[in-house]
Amino acid sequence: MTASTSSALSQAPTRGGGRVRILGWLALLAVVGGQGVAFLISRPDRDMGHLQKIMYVHVPAAWCAMVAFLVVFVASVLYLWRRDERHDLLAAAAVEAGVVMTGLTLLLGMIWAKPTWGVWWTWDPRLTTTAILFVIYAGYLALRSFTDDAERRARWSAAVGILGFLNVPIVYFSVRWWRTIHQVQSSPATVDPAYVLGLRLNAVAFLVLFVYFVARRYESSKLERAAETRIEAAALTGGIHV
Amino acid sequence: MSMRTEAGRIAAVAWKDLMTEWRTKANFNAVVFLAVLTLLLFGFALGPDTNALRAAAAGVIWLTILFSGVLAFNRSYQLELEHGALEALLLYPGSHKSLYLGKLLANLAFVLMVELVTVPLAAVLYDLPLLGPLGGLALVLFLGTVGFVALGTFYAAMASRIRAREVLLPLLLFPMLVPVIVAAVEATSALLSGDAMGDAGSWMRLLFVFDVVFVTASVLAFEHVIGE
Amino acid sequence: MRHPSGSHSHGTGAAGAGGGRDDAAVVLDGVARRYGRRWALRGVSLRLEPGEVAALVGHNGSGKTTLLRILATTLRPTRGSGSVFGLDLVRDAAAVRGVVGMLGHSPGLYGDLTAGENLVFALRMMGRKATDAVVADALEQVGLAREADGLVRTFSAGMQRRVALARLLLRRPRLALLDEPYASFDADGVERVNAYLAGLKAEGFAAVVATHDLPKASAVVDRVWRIDAGVLTEVEVGAAPVGGGRPRDIVAANVEGRGSG
Repeated sequence: MTASTSSALSQAPTRGGGRVRILGWLALLAVVGGQGVAFLISRPDRDMGHLQKIMYVHVPAAWCAMVAFLVVFVASVLYLWRRDERHDLLAAAAVEAGVVMTGLTLLLGMIWAKPTWGVWWTWDPRLTTTAILFVIYAGYLALRSFTDDAERRARWSAAVGILGFLNVPIVYFSVRWWRTIHQVQSSPATVDPAYVLGLRLNAVAFLVLFVYFVARRYESSKLERAAETRIEAAALTGGIHV
Repeated sequence: MSMRTEAGRIAAVAWKDLMTEWRTKANFNAVVFLAVLTLLLFGFALGPDTNALRAAAAGVIWLTILFSGVLAFNRSYQLELEHGALEALLLYPGSHKSLYLGKLLANLAFVLMVELVTVPLAAVLYDLPLLGPLGGLALVLFLGTVGFVALGTFYAAMASRIRAREVLLPLLLFPMLVPVIVAAVEATSALLSGDAMGDAGSWMRLLFVFDVVFVTASVLAFEHVIGE
Repeated sequence: MRHPSGSHSHGTGAAGAGGGRDDAAVVLDGVARRYGRRWALRGVSLRLEPGEVAALVGHNGSGKTTLLRILATTLRPTRGSGSVFGLDLVRDAAAVRGVVGMLGHSPGLYGDLTAGENLVFALRMMGRKATDAVVADALEQVGLAREADGLVRTFSAGMQRRVALARLLLRRPRLALLDEPYASFDADGVERVNAYLAGLKAEGFAAVVATHDLPKASAVVDRVWRIDAGVLTEVEVGAAPVGGGRPRDIVAANVEGRGSG
């Protein structure tokens, strides 16, 4: 069980490295391309002017964040089921990338809101849910950093990841309901068809970028574990073997 | 293990926690004291105008419950960690789910008792019409508290065993409680202003869904979290 | 049984030959346990037959408590596998809990409850009827008949361990795990522990006793395992010494002389 996955990890070292690097270049290309296309083909918005272009990063980042937390959920469930530590490493990598994406979403959302509505924050349901998600997954990372034992850390992170994800729809609906009850103006939900192509291109580009982040993080975690596993094996046999 | 033995074990754990608390009353006094203090401080912060206070009352009550109640959760595990009792507890035959459910019941009783003292006090301080919507209020308090206690008991199983527990428990717990805060405050506020029962009812249904989802998830995940 | 790759067993009380495996009280095969970066147990393999009591000797931090906890299923091995009376430690953990009992290093009691209430709690957790008679009898067996209503918080360390012993007796385990049972007990307490162990043997059950104090256990011990920095070796016991001597001297001499293997 654990023995076989550990030996799998100890063989991990260089296999994935090359592929990840290619992925990195691909991601760079995709993002630059996506942003370039979006800038070129989209007209300035009637009301917002060039500010509208923030959407080309803000929206894809938001979607990636959701993908991230879905990955965390699945990986966490798999970990608790199989106790294969690679699932834990994947979940942790996805949380880190997800937190970055979430932070980006929030930051851009605020930058967009200020000139548009005059305030930095409007308690918009989607943005508010994103903010809560940010804190929930920051808590996940805090828990990990305070837990030293690897097995305990994996089990506890998995539980937190699962419960956090389960809360996402509930949080969203509560906040949305809350807003409609107080009849506060909600943000524009529709997107001008002219922008759709740009959005889709960038959504894909950011997804590639996200996958790259996760893959990089995951590979480096596996390398760490592989190194530890070798030290373990040496310790068990009572000497370091070269 | 039959259902009845499991129920017996749940009851035993709850009894043990409550009996210990009853003997010392240390936690209860501390938590009630903090709750009363919080209510007073909110009163000073929101100004002497009773209208402003009444408008904010529902939010104040629930935040008070959360800030003071959160103390109870880590302490309930402290009991187990002090003399290595947790190890003995994990050794009993049967599922560990009953440990969670027993602690949940004990913590629920505890927090409800705290509310029994603080809510009337809030009614006095903020001039609230408590008697009219009493049944509805009791139900909202109950549903909201169940959600609070379910997640608090769950996360404290982890937080209480690592350093920085006082910070980590709120950090993990409070973001998860946003739906409870929103729904409970809205429902309480609606009831206190004699509003159409329709509003409060929908919020209570949300609370109920939240409670079911998270009690279930916690029960299922507890096994993975309580062990060494 | 699965054979983990890369682990070596240093123990001579080896397991895993296959035949008769299910009759053994305890079988461990290459069990290792890690805490963070530190290995508390390294490739421990051992075998204990029904009717035997094994002593586990070693310094503080050598891995004794970790080994006991793994047998109790409160810890999972990082590597390796084991079974208690044929029940797998990981797969059948809940069933293993039904047949083991432990007297831990700390008493594991609730200070604000009385001795009687602690035992009532234990009985209810075991799914048994918690009658006054049962509780009184258990306390009687550990010499605390009149202390049923005393708060455990007010008890001395020795008395607390007696309550913990009473709890163990109530459990009637087939494999008893005792962590330093002779510490904090007076002569009377030591006698009760040994009487209990002798009784276990007679019934074909087994026990593992982790202790610094081998001479106190020598009357009931059948095997001695020495554990040092997570590595376990079995010490020869029972051979007649050159020039004669009491069994307890043999055991003590073997341990001090750093044993075989």
